[in-house]
Amino acid sequence: MSEFVDRLVAKADRESLLDVAYATVDTPLGTALVAATPRGVVRLALPNEDLDRVIGQLAAQLSPRVLEYPARLDEPRRELDEYFERRRDRFELSLDWSLSHPGFYRRVLRATSRVPLGEVITYGDAAARAGNPRAFRAAGTALGSNPIPIVVPCHRVIRAGGDIGNYGGGPEMKRFLLELEGAV
Amino acid sequence: MAQALPPFQAFLDDHLQPVRVFLRGMVGPNDADDCLQETFLAALRAYPRAEATNLRAWVLTIARRKAIDHHRSRSRGAKPVAEPQELIDRQAPRSGSADAALGMGPRHSAIWAAVAELPHGQRAAVVLRFAVDLRYRDVGEALGTSEEAARQNVHDGLKKLRASARDLKEMAR
Repeated sequence: MSEFVDRLVAKADRESLLDVAYATVDTPLGTALVAATPRGVVRLALPNEDLDRVIGQLAAQLSPRVLEYPARLDEPRRELDEYFERRRDRFELSLDWSLSHPGFYRRVLRATSRVPLGEVITYGDAAARAGNPRAFRAAGTALGSNPIPIVVPCHRVIRAGGDIGNYGGGPEMKRFLLELEGAV
Repeated sequence: MAQALPPFQAFLDDHLQPVRVFLRGMVGPNDADDCLQETFLAALRAYPRAEATNLRAWVLTIARRKAIDHHRSRSRGAKPVAEPQELIDRQAPRSGSADAALGMGPRHSAIWAAVAELPHGQRAAVVLRFAVDLRYRDVGEALGTSEEAARQNVHDGLKKLRASARDLKEMAR
């Protein structure tokens, strides 16, 4: 039956009926999930998230036409593999920002996506780069709601005192990523 | 508030097998997968406008229309309708009991060949009741009839099947 489903989904893709495609991706942190619309990568769910729930949210927030279709996600999966093998410094993926709040939150995430591997900035820096230096708390909230972690490296934003701060996947995951990047 | 639609993947996972069993009963195993693909592509096209409350009846209605289209296009061509041997599942029955119901020995193939001779509504009702294993209320919902009409369709279908079974016995004598 899986061959039948493969043919069905490929045909749906050719007919532009596939609004959101997703696939799982194995990482050293566990199984993550990556989802894309025709515009680009829209969501990355860390291994500690309930992946079924995430798929349900994609249906509710973007379109119910959500199907598992790894072929649409070859590029992000390859780049993530390379990143975890320390063979990739930056992601070259088109991104779909529609799951982040437009305005200040999205500006914080865009600014953060430009922090190079191996460096860290503070929440205040992120707020300043988004145009409002005093809004460091709001910057923290924006980063906490990052729909595309790792690719948009919110883990590179830490507290001013040097404490690594919070992370959606937990502080251990944040430390793992920063150590992988040689930033701490 | 309207109930949210599940992701299409979950809808597909839930309904693919029962709809497949239904279509095997309606058009035979050789053509069932073509109808099945058309059914789910049509479902995907219309999905954002679907009512979340009874998706099974909704997709079975689409499948039934595809089966009718299939028979129409076949009768336009000169091909015979539903060869008895087409109703034998050539693959080993898979885990689901409903799937196995259409994939059994010669005695069953004779029964399903007789099912293929039933009028469309009775055939659909019998397949939904006994192969897809739906309750009468759900058979009615899938066929757009009342529970009573579904029960009547199954009853009439079974009466005809019993008559053909008697004929089979006569022939075997």
